[in-house]
Amino acid sequence: MKHIRNFCIIAHIDHGKSTLADRLLEHTKTIGERDMMNQVLDDMDLEREKGITIKSHAIQMSYTYKGEKYIFNLIDTPGHVDFSYEVSRALAACEGALLLVDASQGIQAQTISNLYLAIGNDLEIIPVINKIDMEGAMIPEVKDQIIDLIGCKDEDILLASGKSGIGIEEILAAVVERIPAPKGDVEAPLQALIFDSVFNSFRGIIAYYRIFNGTIRKGDKIKFIATGATYEADEIGVLKLGLDERKEVRAGDVGYIITGIKNAKEVKVGDTITLTSAPGEAINGFEEVKPMVFAGIFPVVTEDFEELRECMDKLQLNDASLTYEIETSQALGFGFRCGFLGLLHMEIIQERLEREFNQTVITTVPNVSFIAYTTRDEKIIVNNPAEMPDVVKVGRIEEPFIRAQIITLPDYIGNIMTLCLGKRGILLNQSYLTTSRVELIFEMPLTEIVFDFYDKLKSSTRGYASFDYTPIGYRDADIVKMDILLNGDKVDALSALIHRSRAQDFGRKLCEKLKELLPRQQFMIAIQAAIGAKVVARETISAMRKDVTAKCYGGDISRKRKLLEKQKEGKKRMRQIGNVEVPQEAFLAVLKLD
Amino acid sequence: MAGIYLHIPFCKQACHYCNFHFSTNHSSLPDMVTAIQQEIQLQQQYLGSQPVETIYFGGGTPSLLSTAAIAGILDTLRSHFNVQPGVEITLETNPDDFTEDKPAQWAAAGVNRLSIGIQSFYDADLQWMNRAHNAQQAKQCIAWARAAGIHNITIDLIYGTPTLSDEGWKNNVQKALALGVPHLSCYALTVEPQTALHKMIEQHKKEAVDTDKQGRHFELLMDWLGEAGYEHYEISNFAKPGFRSRHNSSYWQGSHYLGLGPSAHSFNGTSRQWNIANNALYLKAIASNEVPFELETLTATQQLNEYIMTSLRTMEGLSLDKVALEWGAPALLAVEQLAVKYIHNGLMVQHDRNLRLTPQGKLLADGIAADFFQ
Ligand SMILES: Nc1nc2c(ncn2[C@@H]2O[C@H](COP(=O)(O)OP(=O)(O)O)[C@@H](O)[C@H]2O)c(=O)[nH]1
Ligand code: SF4
Ligand SMILES: [Mg+2]
Repeated sequence: MKHIRNFCIIAHIDHGKSTLADRLLEHTKTIGERDMMNQVLDDMDLEREKGITIKSHAIQMSYTYKGEKYIFNLIDTPGHVDFSYEVSRALAACEGALLLVDASQGIQAQTISNLYLAIGNDLEIIPVINKIDMEGAMIPEVKDQIIDLIGCKDEDILLASGKSGIGIEEILAAVVERIPAPKGDVEAPLQALIFDSVFNSFRGIIAYYRIFNGTIRKGDKIKFIATGATYEADEIGVLKLGLDERKEVRAGDVGYIITGIKNAKEVKVGDTITLTSAPGEAINGFEEVKPMVFAGIFPVVTEDFEELRECMDKLQLNDASLTYEIETSQALGFGFRCGFLGLLHMEIIQERLEREFNQTVITTVPNVSFIAYTTRDEKIIVNNPAEMPDVVKVGRIEEPFIRAQIITLPDYIGNIMTLCLGKRGILLNQSYLTTSRVELIFEMPLTEIVFDFYDKLKSSTRGYASFDYTPIGYRDADIVKMDILLNGDKVDALSALIHRSRAQDFGRKLCEKLKELLPRQQFMIAIQAAIGAKVVARETISAMRKDVTAKCYGGDISRKRKLLEKQKEGKKRMRQIGNVEVPQEAFLAVLKLD
Repeated sequence: MAGIYLHIPFCKQACHYCNFHFSTNHSSLPDMVTAIQQEIQLQQQYLGSQPVETIYFGGGTPSLLSTAAIAGILDTLRSHFNVQPGVEITLETNPDDFTEDKPAQWAAAGVNRLSIGIQSFYDADLQWMNRAHNAQQAKQCIAWARAAGIHNITIDLIYGTPTLSDEGWKNNVQKALALGVPHLSCYALTVEPQTALHKMIEQHKKEAVDTDKQGRHFELLMDWLGEAGYEHYEISNFAKPGFRSRHNSSYWQGSHYLGLGPSAHSFNGTSRQWNIANNALYLKAIASNEVPFELETLTATQQLNEYIMTSLRTMEGLSLDKVALEWGAPALLAVEQLAVKYIHNGLMVQHDRNLRLTPQGKLLADGIAADFFQ
């Protein structure tokens, strides 16, 4: 055990984590150069494209240092706020972390919150300034930032370039020397922390764990403590480039287990694996991940519902954090009300449905989960505008709040204040991390982040802001349900739950946007936004004046017929609300308001 | 009965809105005349023994042909097809090709109907469209044609251009009426993709067309010509009784027709074919005794859709009996069910067993037809 090192890399998106990981794998000859496909750790297409790590993975390397052979387990962590619980479990599986900072960018908000998580888990931090080959590298400034943040010494900070291979040896040596070996008792009752799982269409769910105590052997009868389910260890092993089967995996090490589980839901990150014969204690820190953002997902063509259902089922097999139940909408027919960890997670699901499963879907206005108390003080969880009880029956409503951390350049403080205060934020603290880095802490309603916060933050800081948040519970809120009506017919899929102070403005913008997106029809269309019976905004689309081809002779006939047939096909993809035909873009209008 | 269309693919200059097939280089014109006569021979079986009741010289600009060429083509047609004694022979002409003696020569060659591309009696409009003629020529040519004894005349007018006011439109129509023209084809200016006009509008070099204005001009037109005793027998065509275009009507009645020359379309009831839209390639193929065409066979549904689209544009309208007879009860039911809504909205009326568009319906004919497609 004293030759094992378990560590992860904490880095902001694009600071070079994947590139550095590749170098480490090369250097330790875990991967021959021939197999080297850049960025081995990001193996989902989408991840590679978005340049982010969605799910964490792990890989084992061996490294000989001063004549002794060491086993390194590098655990990759997800790089986005939506997945902070998974990050915390991956960190809990390690004894140390490389803090990787881009020399030209400096420290970003997410890095800081993950760093705090790591420090909270007692991890040994090895600071590394990366990309020192770049012209814009500001090594002294970034050093100051790091020293301010973790209170290390100048000489503790390593300099590296994943791209040009600078500093790789030093990093490997530091892993051996600075990160403590795992402690644990191979004879004690088994305690293995599940920090990740992946779905394999042949093998079912493969769970990744770190053993704190005990030994797991092939064929053992095991139990997942949180779910209470028992299985047999059909196959166990360690993680090389692929799965490397073993007869046993012992305390201190990182490995995988295959039990024939087909559904990701059964394998919960944070759960503890133990033996039924000699059960150990659960490892602290298990939490059920809760969806934070909800939205409807509907097939574009109503007949495709069954097909979509199959795809959702499959998708959930490998993404347990996705929750869904059947929803019916008057406007959109049958679909699913889905719960996501956050907005990025929602985007990822939508894109995976489209790319991996070939589904074209309509995603409706996302909302957070509200709590409504009726006048009789019954508690109702509202994940869908349709679930909001009638106004007269509602005593009060609570909404989820978050603590938002934004790190930016001093130049953009004003813009960020305007943005966050405009979104009902409360400034808690403002502090200079270094002379050129400011940290702003706000308390904000989560619902305000759901709409267009990320884009606005980006545009009002030219991209020089990083953002992170943690939920801090529920607070009273004056929330109203706003409906959209087309020629008097309510479009349930466009209803939104929104703070009263923002309703009028939101309604007006939504009506304007819909006016842009709805094609003119043979009759006039009235677009109204209403709170209860009160219309707060209105737009009209005048009737189409002229829709007729001038010439229809010999050659024109088939050309025109084809054109009209295409037009008719297009209409099939539209949804009928009363007498109005609504193209699918219109249902996304809310996401595109300025 | 059947018709023959001849495409003469040459023009003096390119009108900015035009997307027809033509060339402004006339060096191959004599070869083209020979080739078309050759194609007549190659295609002599296309119409079987059906009587040919209409012949139409279109283009391009057929008035660029010499009188001898016109006469030669007509002779060749007569010797290979069952051309009827009362055949309607239309020649499309542009005002700038007229001289005082031309109409009489055309008549002598056999032409008995002239279609003149007037477009407007205003120089400002003509320049905006990049037409080759001016307002003076526009008026003069009609007078010359009538003086030569040709009374079966139609003129084209274009409305809804940015340069044409409501008042100007009224004057254009009144001028046509005053000149005694018994047939008018009036087209809303259409910005076709891949035309000079399209590009200029995109680059903001020309004002975009205003469809509300076009709608207004169309409504005014229906009023004026209705009062003047013209039948609105197809969306864009108005005629004094007895002066309808027999040739164009055949397109809307599903009659068979043979198209000759580059880009010309033919139809034999179940398939449509069109010649290659390239003069050089056309000439080359014909020289080796091949007609260079593409063919499309229409399914029953496509035939029905075409019938819906064309019949709803005509004064007679869509015949429910014909739909029942040719496409069966389910098609009839679908049409009848949908019609209820349109009749209720005032866009359609049922007259005996025919569905007809009201003037408001005519403004929306495309969307309505698409809705009836099956
Ligand atoms: N100049 C330079 N570029 C690097 C270095 N490491 C990574 N990059 C580039 O930075 C971008 C992000 O790298 P990646 O490893 O995907 O970052 P990740 O998002 O943290 O995994 C890519 O375009 C890399 O080529 C480095 O050391 N020097
Ligand atoms: S004369 Fe007729 S065919 Fe020739 S360019 Fe003008 S509109 Fe087109
Ligand atoms: Mg990466």
